[in-house]
Amino acid sequence: MKPPLITLLTLAPLLGAMVVGFGLAGNGRGAMARTVALGWQVAILVGALVLAVLFDAGTGAMQWVERAAWVPSLGVEYHVGLDGLGLVSILLAAAVPLLASLMSTGVDRGREALYYAMLLLLQCGLFGTFTAQNFFHWFLFWEISLVPAYVLVRLFGGSKAGPASFQFFVYTMVGSVAMLLGFLALYAATGSFDFSELARWGRSGRLGAALAEKLPWADGLASGDHLVWWVFGGVLLGFAVKVPLWPFHTWLPDTYTQAPTPVTMVLTGVMSKMGVYGLLRIVAPIFPEQLRGAQEILVVLALATILLPTLAAFAENDLKRVLAYSSINHLGYCLLAVFTVIPGTQGGNWMDLAGAPALNGLILQMLNHGLTAAALFAFVATLERRTGGVRDLDQFGGLRRVAPVFCGLMGISMFASIGLPGLNGFVSEFLIFKGVFAVAPGAASIAVLGLLTTAVFLLGAMKRMFHGPREREWLDFTDLTTRERIQLGAPVFLMLLLGVYPDLILRWTNPTVLLLAAGN
Amino acid sequence: MNFLDLARIASPEIAVVLGALGALAVDLAQRGRGAGSSRTGAIWVGVASCVVAALILVLGGATGAAPGGMLANGPVVGWIKAILALLTAGTLLLSVRGGFTMHVGEFVATVLLGGVGMMLIASSENVLMMFLALELASVSLYILTGFNKRDPQSGEAALKYFLFGGMAGAFLLFGLSLIYGATGAIEFQGIRARLEGQPAHPLLLAGLVMVLVGLGFKVAAAPFHFWAPDAYQGAPTPAAGFIAAGSKVAAFFILAKFTGMALDEVSGRANWGDFASGWAPILALMAAASMLWGNLAALRQRNVKRLLAYSAVAHAGYTVVAIAAGGSEVVPAVGFYAVTYAFTTLGAFGVAGWVEARTGGTDFEHFAGLSRRSPVAALCLGVFLLSLAGIPPLAGFFGKFFLFLVALNGDAGALGLLWLVGLGTATTCVSFYYYLRLLKVVFVDEIDPRLSTEPGDGSGLIELTTILVAAVVVVVAGCAPALLLNPLGLTATVVP
Amino acid sequence: MMALTLTLWISLAGAVVTAVLGRERPSVARVLALVSAMLGAGAAIFGAWQLGTPTGLVTLVRVPWIPALGIEFHLAADGVSLVLLVLTGIAAVAGILFSWNVEDRANEFFALYLMLIAGVYGVFMSFDLFQFFAFYELAIVPKYFLIAIWGSTRREYGAMKLALYSFIGSAMVLVGMIAMYVVAGLGSFDMVRLSSASLPNGFQVWAFPLMTVGFAILAGLWPFHTWAPTGHVAAPTAASMLLAGVVMKLGAYGVLRVGLMLMPDGAKLWGPALAALAVIGIVYAALVALVQQDFKFVIGYSSVSHMGFVLLGLAAANPRGVAGAILQMFSHGVIAGLLFGVVGRMVYDRTHTRELTILEGLSLARALPFAAVIFTLASMASMGLPGFSGFVAELQVLLGAWQSFPVAALAGGVGVVISVAFTLRVLQRAFLVAPGMVADGGGLTALDEHAGPITWAEKVGALLLLGTSLAVGVYPRLLMDWIDAGLQTPGFEALRTTMGWP
Repeated sequence: MKPPLITLLTLAPLLGAMVVGFGLAGNGRGAMARTVALGWQVAILVGALVLAVLFDAGTGAMQWVERAAWVPSLGVEYHVGLDGLGLVSILLAAAVPLLASLMSTGVDRGREALYYAMLLLLQCGLFGTFTAQNFFHWFLFWEISLVPAYVLVRLFGGSKAGPASFQFFVYTMVGSVAMLLGFLALYAATGSFDFSELARWGRSGRLGAALAEKLPWADGLASGDHLVWWVFGGVLLGFAVKVPLWPFHTWLPDTYTQAPTPVTMVLTGVMSKMGVYGLLRIVAPIFPEQLRGAQEILVVLALATILLPTLAAFAENDLKRVLAYSSINHLGYCLLAVFTVIPGTQGGNWMDLAGAPALNGLILQMLNHGLTAAALFAFVATLERRTGGVRDLDQFGGLRRVAPVFCGLMGISMFASIGLPGLNGFVSEFLIFKGVFAVAPGAASIAVLGLLTTAVFLLGAMKRMFHGPREREWLDFTDLTTRERIQLGAPVFLMLLLGVYPDLILRWTNPTVLLLAAGN
Repeated sequence: MNFLDLARIASPEIAVVLGALGALAVDLAQRGRGAGSSRTGAIWVGVASCVVAALILVLGGATGAAPGGMLANGPVVGWIKAILALLTAGTLLLSVRGGFTMHVGEFVATVLLGGVGMMLIASSENVLMMFLALELASVSLYILTGFNKRDPQSGEAALKYFLFGGMAGAFLLFGLSLIYGATGAIEFQGIRARLEGQPAHPLLLAGLVMVLVGLGFKVAAAPFHFWAPDAYQGAPTPAAGFIAAGSKVAAFFILAKFTGMALDEVSGRANWGDFASGWAPILALMAAASMLWGNLAALRQRNVKRLLAYSAVAHAGYTVVAIAAGGSEVVPAVGFYAVTYAFTTLGAFGVAGWVEARTGGTDFEHFAGLSRRSPVAALCLGVFLLSLAGIPPLAGFFGKFFLFLVALNGDAGALGLLWLVGLGTATTCVSFYYYLRLLKVVFVDEIDPRLSTEPGDGSGLIELTTILVAAVVVVVAGCAPALLLNPLGLTATVVP
Repeated sequence: MMALTLTLWISLAGAVVTAVLGRERPSVARVLALVSAMLGAGAAIFGAWQLGTPTGLVTLVRVPWIPALGIEFHLAADGVSLVLLVLTGIAAVAGILFSWNVEDRANEFFALYLMLIAGVYGVFMSFDLFQFFAFYELAIVPKYFLIAIWGSTRREYGAMKLALYSFIGSAMVLVGMIAMYVVAGLGSFDMVRLSSASLPNGFQVWAFPLMTVGFAILAGLWPFHTWAPTGHVAAPTAASMLLAGVVMKLGAYGVLRVGLMLMPDGAKLWGPALAALAVIGIVYAALVALVQQDFKFVIGYSSVSHMGFVLLGLAAANPRGVAGAILQMFSHGVIAGLLFGVVGRMVYDRTHTRELTILEGLSLARALPFAAVIFTLASMASMGLPGFSGFVAELQVLLGAWQSFPVAALAGGVGVVISVAFTLRVLQRAFLVAPGMVADGGGLTALDEHAGPITWAEKVGALLLLGTSLAVGVYPRLLMDWIDAGLQTPGFEALRTTMGWP
């Protein structure tokens, strides 16, 4: 019997959360809580890397599968497995929270244990979400991750964290409930919660018929085939809110801004990827026909997601808000890839193989954006630590001369975000555009505009902060310390590495993508 | 049949009458001792005579029938009479304190004579005997109502009771004579035999209506209940208990027997939208009026005795529901209900008397915080009131359940009386409110500091024991109704 | 000797013993009550374990009671009963732990409490309709006194309203029950026999709504739910825990056992109407909860909303819907108990206020961290987040609704979202107040100095309930096997056939 590596990896942060949360609570033990949590997270990262090393890159199939009955009368199983997509997500989920913890030096005294326990719990939810293959099981972790995120924003966030966290939670729950209802309808029709089983139904093209047959009342609500559209809409909504897809993004800027910056790193770096992951793992395989049917609307929405936030970002003065909008924009490319490439039966394959690069790019983009965005917010956290929370762009100027290392590293990250060749963002966005051009040249052309606008407002932000006259207030702005250089240098190094040698990741993702394209 | 046989059949009544005479004599001997608790000799003589009567009846010593339906002591009647004797004894025990009169001997004798009247009612199967027995009981009760000569309310109540009762007696007598005229018989069986296969004579129906008016008065069914609240409130509390308990058992029993035995042929139908003339529709309307009137009027009462009076009207309604349905289970159902109701209400009046003796009244505020002052009495009152409300596992619940079951079981699953049963349960909900309100006063409210809480004269152990026994009867009869149903003649299953 | 029957006898005996021996000292009454409740819960759990997963109805006691009417004293259990018996045991113990501070007339309090528990145990084991009803009504009176004597805000009003509503409901049931006996013509109140008696359709058409509404009043069916919030608010902590925890379940259980099991044709005919009322209840109560300023009112309305899911599942009358409803009974019993425990005991007894606007300024999370953690988790459970029992239950109810009444499923989904919103709202305002929103000097000073920190009894009680919810949420088979087996018993044969269950 193979060791249950995935289960161990998922439960490790939960155990850590308990140890830290219950064992180290109380005043005066904050430093210890932080140390233990960091140690724990490092161990988790090591564990994830071990998985990556042991991962068989030759196959796109699930590895380390564990499967056991859970609630037989509901068709619920404990079913986990890992493929290329999962592995990339896992790595992200192991790395970003660790970086966030490193940046979290300003936590309220006396509440450190709660803070780190919540981060660990969040990590547990992420691991579970990225490995579960059964809806019930997956949804459990999907929701688990929401609670610590909420608590972190609510209790450790800025002065308007109350309404922001409320909005965040309720918005996400609306999506979750819609998704839940959709899956319940699917279960009623097919008798299964298993993703691969549902995907088989989806590819067979009989899903709509099965729904109409098993839920015959549908006449009243939506006759025959229409039902499947409702179900699809519900499921899609859950992910659309999480990613987010325009116009379901309105919770995001407030939440990202009000959250403590390290938490924002996790929110944008990993939690938004849950949505992208779900689209690729769940929506695309189960609803190919619906994706194709709704393609035009969805592509328009994806384009809106790419373009509109960049316009909003022009008007922003708060660095965090600017970065938040840029996050939406970057995830828009992922959405575009899913919506243009996936749908439809193409010859013997289930999708147009010309679009395959876009999916590779998509998975890579998940990692890249996770890394870059997290790093950028880490720089914001560093900045805030020095300025006492000030981060308005017009308050700064000429920082480059005061803190060259800081500005240099942050600049690299910014350029990675813009998509400068040689850095990681370029590779993934290039792949996405390559694939999308092949299947939907028009949409791709419009999306390219997004690259331009992003570049403009990010460069503008850099200009306002780093250049120009030095603001008197920040003359004693200290540059990065050695420890910070290591902490922040590591992600920047990875950006360079992935920019130069993307095959490090692509060799894992390509088999998965090919398997997905082949449709089994 | 010789006189010795007759004496044996009548031996319970004879025992009680002797007890009445003995009580008068004993009290004469004790006259020198003044009033109150020291003059209890008469009471003990009376209690003893009742117990003897009950024993005779229970052991079957008086089984048999006198000619002409004058005295018919079947097994069921025997049990009912035994219970009447016990209720009489209970009434006497509750009046041990006797603060309301100097004439203890006369009081005891009147109670006993009333008891004899009730026992005779139960065993009569002859309209003449029935009338005589009813009058014997009624006259005794008129006297008892007015026994508290120091209280003008008592006298007023007695006069009102007497005037109403006299009129009802006249109605009853006239009605009976019309029935006799229509059928030419005075025995129940004879009347029944004459009616068999005959179309209902208009004269008979007129007589029937008059008889029901008369009996309706005796059971205090609306709209013939106006005497009840005043009589209950004005009468000395033990006497009120006796009116509410003993006379009700006897009256219900004779009503059920008379309609079921003598007039079975002219029952009519009371099904909703399908009335047919006879006693059933009259009784059904009477029942409906009683349940509504009694319960709604009780809502406004602030005096416990008046409350119990209106509740008695309501309970008369429930009982009449089953009588209106007719059938072979009416006697056990009505018997069970009347008997358990009698114990319940006697006990409730017992508690009222207990409170009255200590606080000087029976208004709600006199009961405030009773559970802190005398937990046992309060607990017993709780049992009684909840039983009246029909909460399981107390006797009142099964009683009502059985009454309604009989009412619906009448006509082979057609559920003709469903409207009446529905009305009955609906009004039960109303009654629950006012019983609960009184219980709230007893258990929840704080003790009113203005009330004197002196224990009164004597420890009250005898009264308390009597009350407790009644409470135990209510609980046991509720938990194991079969104990009482078997003697009442319900041995076969109701639905085959 | 089956341990399950002991639940009933132990509780009754405990009531008497507590009332008599606890007269002088409250502490004696408390300990006696706790011991009785724990023995009862132990008997319930051990007895359930003893039966394993019963595939049929296991008769525990069956003796003639009133032979002339065919009434029997018939205690029995199937899988469904087991779930609710275990719930009752757990809720009873937790309730006593949360009323450890009752000093005034403690012996009466605990005696009434145990009496109520005994009635509840009795209902869940009754398979003779008459006996079922007797136990059902037995529970009314203790409820009244528990609230009227030991309650708070408008207690006499709340208690009377509750008692009257219950009584009216049972009066409706009584009429239907007698009529059913007569119409079936079996001369028996045996519920399994009645279920196979094929009662005529004409009877079920009117008797089903009559009896179902009669029972459902106690389950908080809209628009007959208004007793619930006032009653819950007025009740002392333990009583509101029991009210929401098990007493409301009595009503739902009655709908299941009498409505669905005995009158499946009626259920089929009236299902849509019942589902509509249930869904209105879910959404309406959730909306009302969203605007309440009194902490306990929020929880009270949330109970109505969550009980709506039970009724929705029952109205759907398909295997998943009914199983979900039963699981939701258990789940809501545990979670509502916990919420009331936190609000009534941990917070109110210390702050003497339930106004959210005031609580907001108290920084309760710092003053009572344990309460904050527990309430946060309980809120998550109440919202129906996965991992807690509520999720598995609501999931199945919605699944059942999908299959029978799709619009109801959608509306139920809306209800879930609103319930997330109102739960989050109270959670935020009462506990999760971010630093900086609280004026200095708020917090501890406003607390009752005598109340002190959270006691061991509260902690044990809270962890017991929370642990139960988590255990069932993570491993639903703990109960699902019982429920699924219970729905396969002969008693539900008529329902299965009528509804065409696979």
